[in-house]
Amino acid sequence: MVLPALAYLGVFYVVPFVSLLRTSLSTMGGSVYLPTLTFAWHFGNYTQALTQYRDQILRSFGYAFAATVLCALLAFPLAYVIAFKAGRFKNLLLGLVILPFFVTFLIRTIAWKTILADGGWVVNALGTVGLLPSEGRLLSTSWAVIGGLTYNWIIFMILPLYVSLEKIDARLLEASRDLYASNRRMFGKVILPLALPGVLAGSLLVFIPSVGDFINADYLGSTKTTMIGNVIQKQFLVVKDYPVAAAMSFVLMALILVGVLLYTRALGTEDLV
Amino acid sequence: MTASTQAVGFLSAPGRNFLGTFKLGDLALRTLAGLVLLFLFVPILVIIVFSFNSPAGKFNYTWQGFTLENWAHPFKYPALTSALKLSLNVAAVSTAIALVLGSLVAIALVRQRFRGSKAIDTFLVLPLTSPEVVMGASLLTLFLSMGWATGYVTILIAHAAFEISFIAMTVRARIRGFDWTLEDASMDLGASPVRTFFKVTLPLIVPGIIAAAMLSFALSLDDFIITYFVSGSTVTYPLYVNAATKAAVPPQINVLATAILLISLVLLAFGTLYRRKRVET
Repeated sequence: MVLPALAYLGVFYVVPFVSLLRTSLSTMGGSVYLPTLTFAWHFGNYTQALTQYRDQILRSFGYAFAATVLCALLAFPLAYVIAFKAGRFKNLLLGLVILPFFVTFLIRTIAWKTILADGGWVVNALGTVGLLPSEGRLLSTSWAVIGGLTYNWIIFMILPLYVSLEKIDARLLEASRDLYASNRRMFGKVILPLALPGVLAGSLLVFIPSVGDFINADYLGSTKTTMIGNVIQKQFLVVKDYPVAAAMSFVLMALILVGVLLYTRALGTEDLV
Repeated sequence: MTASTQAVGFLSAPGRNFLGTFKLGDLALRTLAGLVLLFLFVPILVIIVFSFNSPAGKFNYTWQGFTLENWAHPFKYPALTSALKLSLNVAAVSTAIALVLGSLVAIALVRQRFRGSKAIDTFLVLPLTSPEVVMGASLLTLFLSMGWATGYVTILIAHAAFEISFIAMTVRARIRGFDWTLEDASMDLGASPVRTFFKVTLPLIVPGIIAAAMLSFALSLDDFIITYFVSGSTVTYPLYVNAATKAAVPPQINVLATAILLISLVLLAFGTLYRRKRVET
């Protein structure tokens, strides 16, 4: 019963990675229109990728980290209220949380472009309060890109966090109360440790799509906010420098793979879906 | 209690208030949660409002004036309509493929622990935790090296690849903990294996499979990054939207997005009502 799916993923998931690895170690010859790839253990592609695009790599990890932290901070109160305080409105609220994600991710990002636009009401309001200098912008800044990443993947933080909070046995909280724990102590010693698997699963699920994304940087950022995804996309589909682009992809994949395997070893795969 | 007092109750009454006497913190928490929920809806409201805009130039980015014109002609742009149709087609076909393969794995993993099932578990998670840009790039290198032309078929292949994992994990989560001895009971009572499958096994697993299929369909419809790499000159709905941001964004994009949202809302409401009815009967 497992064979058909494994065969499919073998051919269309594992083999492509082998192909990507081969490409990343190849040299490119031929003309621009008809490039030929020759496999040559050419590790130079990796040094080129790491040196030439060092800024983009560091920036991607920085943005993705910031977005993950923001997602956790924003998701926690919402997940907490839904899990413990929503009563019979729990399902309605969960439905409301999921609803915005039925609109295509690109169209939501275009909407942010409108919201953050120069001369828009958000920029004007912030300018009036003095939080933004005159002539200050939100669009085309790092903040816009991080905000876009946070918005687009916060759902992957809210849901696992909600699930792990929901599983907390109310009797544990009563017990800690009976043992004279203060609110802060109960939160730190009971709720937070039990919510941690959800936070970790959510972090993985937010960080991965964020670090590889190029839409938010493309729509909401500028040439100063390009990420690894932008480079890979451009090298593959526009410049067509396949070996260096493949090397970049492989570096990204390897870094993430280490994180994922550490996670699944420690916590299994149950919380991820 | 009427609906309105319930709604007010949700906002003010402590309910099962674990933070006990700390009322001010409670209020702050609820307010914060409300603001986060509002944050989720801000772009959605903008999308809906701008579906009634009559833009001056090519881009529907700034508010010019109210019109019903866009809603009167939602299919004004044939390229947009055909891109949406293609995406619905890809979502349906790829989900059908992935549903068969993914459900089988899920059922196998839940029902018996065999050698290597833990490794299979981890392997199934990998496509879900690979950045889309890497999956797209790796599939493209495969198609290039095989000399396959990218288009409809390669899009289907790519979508099914990430959907299989997704469906397998979702179905597995839903059917874990079922009492499979019910099958033995059915056989002991003289039902044939075929009858047992249709009368016992299938009703147990179908709700999980339907939920997984709906999510998989939505994922496919929304996928941009992987599709971008393997589409060639074929244009799906998200690809059309992306191309539009470079040339012209007509308000019909907002109209169709709003319509899809409304349809999802209706389906969601029906699903909830149906489930509630099943629980009652």
